[in-house]
Amino acid sequence: MHTSPAASTEHNPALRHHFASVEQQKNSASLGMWLFLVTEIMFFGGMFCAYLIYRLAHFNDFAAASSSLNIWLGAGNTVVLLLSSLTVVLAVNSAQRGKRKLLVFYLVATIVLGVTFLGVKAKEYHDKYVEHHIPGADFNFKEEHTAGHDELPPVNQQHAQMFFSLYFVMTGMHAIHMIIGVGLFAGLAVMAWKGRYDENYNTPVENAGLYWHFVDVVWIYLFPLLYLISRHH
Amino acid sequence: MASNVDALYIFLLLVCGTMTVLVSLTVIYFAVKYRKRPGHRAHQIEGSHVLEITWSVLPMGAFLIFFAWGAVIYFQERTPPRDAMEVYTVAKQWMWKFEHPEGTREINALHVPTGRDVKIIMTSQDVIHSFFVPAFRIKQDVVPGRYTTAWFRATKPGTYHLFCAEYCGTQHSGMIGDVVVMEPAKYEAWLSGGASSAPLAVTGQNLFTQLGCSTCHLSNSQGRGPNLVGIFGKKVLLEDGRTLVADENYVRESIVSPGSKIVSGFKPIMPTFQGIISDDQLNALVAYVKSLSQQQPGEGAGSVAAASPQPKTRQVQ
Amino acid sequence: MASVTTIPERDNYLTNGYGIKSWLLTTDHKRIAMLYLASITFFFFIGGMFALLVRLELLTPEGDLLQADTYNKAFTMHGMIMVFFFLIPVVPAVLGNFLVPIMIGAKDLAFPRINLLSWYLYIIGGILITHCMLTGGVDTGWTFYTPYSTAFTNTKIIEAGLAAFVAGFSSIFTGLNFIVTVHRMRAPGMTWGRLPLFIWANYATSIIMILGTPVIAITIILVAAERLFHLGIFDPKLGGDPLLFQHLFWFYSHPAVYIMILPSMGVISEIITAFSRKRIFGYKFVALSSIGIAIIGFLVWAHHMFVSGMSLYAALIFSFLTYLVGVPSAIKVFNWTATLYKGSISYTTPMLYALGFIGLFLIGGLTGLFLASLGIDVHVTDTYFVVAHFHYVMVGSVLMAYLGGMHFWWPKISGRMYPEGWGRLAALIVFIGFNLTFFPQFVLGYLGMPRRYWQYKSEYQVLNIFSTAGATILGVGYVLPLIYFMWSMRYGKPATDNPWSAAGLEWMTSSPPPTFNFDETPVVNFEAYDYEHIKEKEVPVAH
Repeated sequence: MHTSPAASTEHNPALRHHFASVEQQKNSASLGMWLFLVTEIMFFGGMFCAYLIYRLAHFNDFAAASSSLNIWLGAGNTVVLLLSSLTVVLAVNSAQRGKRKLLVFYLVATIVLGVTFLGVKAKEYHDKYVEHHIPGADFNFKEEHTAGHDELPPVNQQHAQMFFSLYFVMTGMHAIHMIIGVGLFAGLAVMAWKGRYDENYNTPVENAGLYWHFVDVVWIYLFPLLYLISRHH
Repeated sequence: MASNVDALYIFLLLVCGTMTVLVSLTVIYFAVKYRKRPGHRAHQIEGSHVLEITWSVLPMGAFLIFFAWGAVIYFQERTPPRDAMEVYTVAKQWMWKFEHPEGTREINALHVPTGRDVKIIMTSQDVIHSFFVPAFRIKQDVVPGRYTTAWFRATKPGTYHLFCAEYCGTQHSGMIGDVVVMEPAKYEAWLSGGASSAPLAVTGQNLFTQLGCSTCHLSNSQGRGPNLVGIFGKKVLLEDGRTLVADENYVRESIVSPGSKIVSGFKPIMPTFQGIISDDQLNALVAYVKSLSQQQPGEGAGSVAAASPQPKTRQVQ
Repeated sequence: MASVTTIPERDNYLTNGYGIKSWLLTTDHKRIAMLYLASITFFFFIGGMFALLVRLELLTPEGDLLQADTYNKAFTMHGMIMVFFFLIPVVPAVLGNFLVPIMIGAKDLAFPRINLLSWYLYIIGGILITHCMLTGGVDTGWTFYTPYSTAFTNTKIIEAGLAAFVAGFSSIFTGLNFIVTVHRMRAPGMTWGRLPLFIWANYATSIIMILGTPVIAITIILVAAERLFHLGIFDPKLGGDPLLFQHLFWFYSHPAVYIMILPSMGVISEIITAFSRKRIFGYKFVALSSIGIAIIGFLVWAHHMFVSGMSLYAALIFSFLTYLVGVPSAIKVFNWTATLYKGSISYTTPMLYALGFIGLFLIGGLTGLFLASLGIDVHVTDTYFVVAHFHYVMVGSVLMAYLGGMHFWWPKISGRMYPEGWGRLAALIVFIGFNLTFFPQFVLGYLGMPRRYWQYKSEYQVLNIFSTAGATILGVGYVLPLIYFMWSMRYGKPATDNPWSAAGLEWMTSSPPPTFNFDETPVVNFEAYDYEHIKEKEVPVAH
């Protein structure tokens, strides 16, 4: 059962034994999460690196392949994620103010937005499947979007397939991180419902929030890199 | 060239060997002289900035010498001389295939004359291999999908080991051969004794016609494709503004992936030949295009002289 | 904590709870270190067994002991297991886990449960690689270059890759834990400038772990995806670039070797000071050189690719940077030597390992200079010269330092003294066996024997025979400590709190330490290696 200790001289039940103070514990948890996010930057960085190298080498083919992505779904998803980051911030704020019901609401809202994102992604993947843009034996990229571009060479199938390989790996990795995030928030929502977080202890909410923001930022990079190549017409 | 490598190696051996001996002896000396004995206490010494700087700067100085000397050798190794005799090499699991410009083919053996610069232009049919001749102190990875080159000038007749030096599967250790170096006269004799196929560039010329290349790449004017006479070795302006030098890799890429680097002023209509022609045929075509930059005025394309003088229009890279 | 009762031994982390659950669900960093000790030692001997197979085959020029495919799998598994399951984790996970909290005066690492998770990830990776081994193994070499690994080999690349991937996360979490611990949990008075050099070393290592390991993780995923779905990221037949794989692979795998050597260098600093009874010469320089190696180590990866077909100018840059990274290592060697000057030196087993380390690291590091030189590298890369170089730094240095550290801290870890006579003998056997095994390989390499060769030209046989002979001697040297350490746990002389009269917070608590390391949080008002003020007790003699 949770009791909310008011006096700082009382032993905070959330304090783990190897820490000298709640503050040390909180700082450590934050630093830990930031360091973990640094590892994630390096992880996604490898993929971005491969993508940028091939995009430089095969710009026209990548542009053609990119234009077959649904920019509205992508943009919509971006808005969804940005909104979800807002709900995360509001969740953290609620926790810090001790508002349990509000906290649960915003956590659930974040989950709903996250699942929406994943649903839209699933639709996009399905579209790619139908259009034969999934790399493999069935791959066949037919250009429909380059009307009026006689000066561009016909699209090289291999390079187009390369684009989609990287597209699926990058967005797939991102989606896996989203799924993990949704799972994390579901766990948080349950704990929040039980009243485990309040103004004295809300570090898990904060740190999970950091993770969610990071996954959001990765999408902010992915979207223009993948969807917006040369789309000025 | 090999002796340059050995000279650097011996220099490094001397310097590093001396350092190893000096430091090891110092360690042993200190360990003995300052061994724990009754009545002797350790002196606490914090450090010395002078020493720290000295033993940072001096080693860095030595390292710079090692770097510079090694870099010079490497630069020479990676810049084949212009009029080298060219041998096309195709590596595959688990053998070496060589084709001389005269058309002579060899497997797992490469005959060369003494005193000639020999440039090998290599590609792999499958995985990464590596062309290693210890006696010549050269090594170069052979990569699928592109050409890599190496060169040497053999001075002593003899038979020298050729090893594959990049792990490539089950018979990696069996992918070995010989480089057979012969006096020039003996080499000529060997050449004329064996060859039954056409010179490489002539094979390329035939392919050029058979595959329809000559319909767009005319030799007396600009057709739908660029005129290839004299193009090899020259700077090329691409339609996206980049310039590059037309080397073996560019010619190869233009055949298998023509949309990648379109010459400025031309439409992207060349079909790809990827999967249609083999690596050997690619080599022949590259050799042919090269020969179009080597011919004397009045000579037919495809004549391969032993050492052709350079046309005056060739630009330096 | 256990209550005070009349027990013959003081209550400590080993006696605080018995039974398998108390070990498998522990969050005590010291117990986790012991869990690692057992599992890492197991994989060390598996990797060693593969090495023995390789060396036995190489006794004769013909391939007459194993089939070619089997041999190729043997050297691959040897490399994979030794790199991912021994060298990378060993010093941080065994010695680091045990000592880092104690040395800074903390009760545990910042995230004890994540520490346990790290071990379980290691075990899962270990199970995967074991299963992979038992069902056919991999034959690509531990470097699994494409397109051979993605489009040609029939062996279990994805499973092996997964094993390395999982073990990599073990590494990342350990590094993360160490960094947070060192930043946030130092005892009062323990400033950065008073930290033992072992801590600096592990801190620098942890930076590399968290920045580098994710890149190999994504590389493994890309290789697995390419194999599974026939993508063309690294396959030239499908438009990909095999050199991209090499860049991504070495971007991690070069810093990885600094993950291996840096903690070992930290161990050496501890041992040399203790057995010279002196502060380290040039503390700041040794500490900062660890950070320097970590940073510059990220900038040199393509020196593994000088003959790959990479651009000439890139090669020049990487060669230069590789020389740069040699400078901080040189600084350390000079500082250790200077620490001996006017010291009061005892020849205990740890000190023998440390002195041996200096010599062997010198050779290993200096031969790195040969490899950094472009002109020479062209000749000796992919030959036994490289094999000799990296074994000098990995086995002659990392492993020797680890063994030295195990002997040094064994009294603290187990509460027992190991038998000193046997310790010295084993150290000597290891030193001799090691040099006999690997020095001839420098010559073999320059003479042109390529690596990963199942069969070889007969002119290389004599040196190969020396090498194999050395390997058997080396093996004996490794088995001995295994035996006498285990023996000492029952029959070894009980250790005092500070049998070496060494400096450091770990020696100010009992041997073995209590579960929460200290009876009271220490307050630090002294510099590291404060030997001026440490009274010396009798140095223990052979048991």
